[in-house]
Amino acid sequence: MNIYAIRAIYKFEMARMWRTLMQSIAAPVISTSLYFVVFGSAIGSRMGDIDGISYGAFIIPGLVMLSLLMQSISNASFGIYMPKFSGTIYEVLSAPVSYVEVVIGYVGAAATKSVLLGVIILITARLFVPYEVVHPFWMFAFLVLTAITFSLFGFIIGIWADGFEKLQIVPLMIVTPLVFLGGTFYSIDMLPEIWQTITLLNPVVYLISGFRWAFYGVSDVHVGISVGMTLFFLIACMASVWWIFKTGYRLRS
Amino acid sequence: MQPDISIQQVSKIYSGGFRALNNINLDIQRGEIFALLGPNGAGKTTLISIICGIVNLSEGRVLAAGHDIIDDYRAARETIGLVPQELNTDAFETVWDTVSFSRGLFGKPPAPRHIEKVLKDLSLWDKRKSRILALSGGMKRRVMIAKALSHEPRILFLDEPTAGVDVELRRDMWEMVRKLRENGVTIILTTHYIEEAEEMADRIGVIRDGEIILVEEKTRLMAKLGKKELRLHLQVPLEKVPHALAAEPVVLSEDGYELIYTFDAQNEQAGVARLLRKMADEGIDFKDLQTRESSLEDIFVGLVHENKP
Repeated sequence: MNIYAIRAIYKFEMARMWRTLMQSIAAPVISTSLYFVVFGSAIGSRMGDIDGISYGAFIIPGLVMLSLLMQSISNASFGIYMPKFSGTIYEVLSAPVSYVEVVIGYVGAAATKSVLLGVIILITARLFVPYEVVHPFWMFAFLVLTAITFSLFGFIIGIWADGFEKLQIVPLMIVTPLVFLGGTFYSIDMLPEIWQTITLLNPVVYLISGFRWAFYGVSDVHVGISVGMTLFFLIACMASVWWIFKTGYRLRS
Repeated sequence: MQPDISIQQVSKIYSGGFRALNNINLDIQRGEIFALLGPNGAGKTTLISIICGIVNLSEGRVLAAGHDIIDDYRAARETIGLVPQELNTDAFETVWDTVSFSRGLFGKPPAPRHIEKVLKDLSLWDKRKSRILALSGGMKRRVMIAKALSHEPRILFLDEPTAGVDVELRRDMWEMVRKLRENGVTIILTTHYIEEAEEMADRIGVIRDGEIILVEEKTRLMAKLGKKELRLHLQVPLEKVPHALAAEPVVLSEDGYELIYTFDAQNEQAGVARLLRKMADEGIDFKDLQTRESSLEDIFVGLVHENKP
């Protein structure tokens, strides 16, 4: 194991975060705060409880998930796309590192940032809405697992993308709709039956549901299924990364 | 002695079917400076990229310091430093950070002393806290070299190191390359500037259309293929080469004022004297004379265009 290489990549990527503090931490915190102000405090006070949870508290897990997914994907995809774009990738390709080490460095740093961000948003949320966490360990486990999974997913997008537009497409055009329709703002029970069935095809439903279970002990689908789906997606991403490095897809001609 | 780089029957066929390299065989010895010459698109960069692990090879195998670059890529790559042709640098990092990053990436523990030495050798010490985007092109080039030297490689690839570089930096770079060689580093450089190869290289390889067409020690190559030329500026123009000189390889310039005599740099020592004697006998006076040895450039141009389909 080339520990020094992992450390070098990790440090490099974390330094990038400190340089872009506004973009990587402040911006998501502000936008999430706006949701809490509008939907939590202003509108939420006029909404009834869902599953016995106040509306402001109900939307917290979904909103944290939203930031977590968006930031994991954009951090990791940028992290690997930029060296490709600027050409500095030559150094990583010519270094005595295995792809596992490269992935640990880049994805590890992206996931660390996302977890940090998630924690900061949770603390911010506490300023607007009172809430308790029933299963803190599982809450944190979900946070970390999701951050890692979607950072890996972002890493794959970063390798696949051959322009800045493609980097933006997935978070904006796919992830955002899936999160909004995945039960961030409502319980799936509230939908007509046909839509409940369709919604179950949305992978984000399982993430949000499991995360909400860790907070309040209630969920739309069984928490075991949530964990299973997340792990399934994680393994699918790992397999893709393995394939990418084996074939040199978009990295080595 | 085991060669430091051993390229064995290497071919590269790109996915479009383009054959960039065709059955390359080449050994490079420890501690030598090897210059790879060739026109644009001949395959120089592809060959270097394969050895360094940036491009996959299609056929054959390569050993670096005795290690197979695929089966034993860690050991092979640890020994190699690469200065690529393009100025691919980070923008926002400081010089110190980016050079330290490279060292870590190549699996070496931090060594501020070594980094300091590299930066000082390359006149980058004053700029160590500058961000790379604030540096000039020449300085960026120095940073690229510092990165390649950060992990103390024993084999160094310089791909067009002095393209677009000013005279001072070029001199510095030549100096640095010589120092590295004194320390036992094997250096492979590609270049367009033939004077660079002429100045520095021990051996020269010429690559054309993905094939190595020649590998030779520089001095031998220049002796073997080099021509000497003697130009005699005449007092009075001639209309044609005089009969007495017809046996000699002499031509007359168009205006008739110059006799040009070409001879092998090695073989013919008596030729010039004989020619001059004959001219004196004929009463042909000259007011000035000039000799010129063909440069590596002439040899190179000759080789590359020779037998070209």
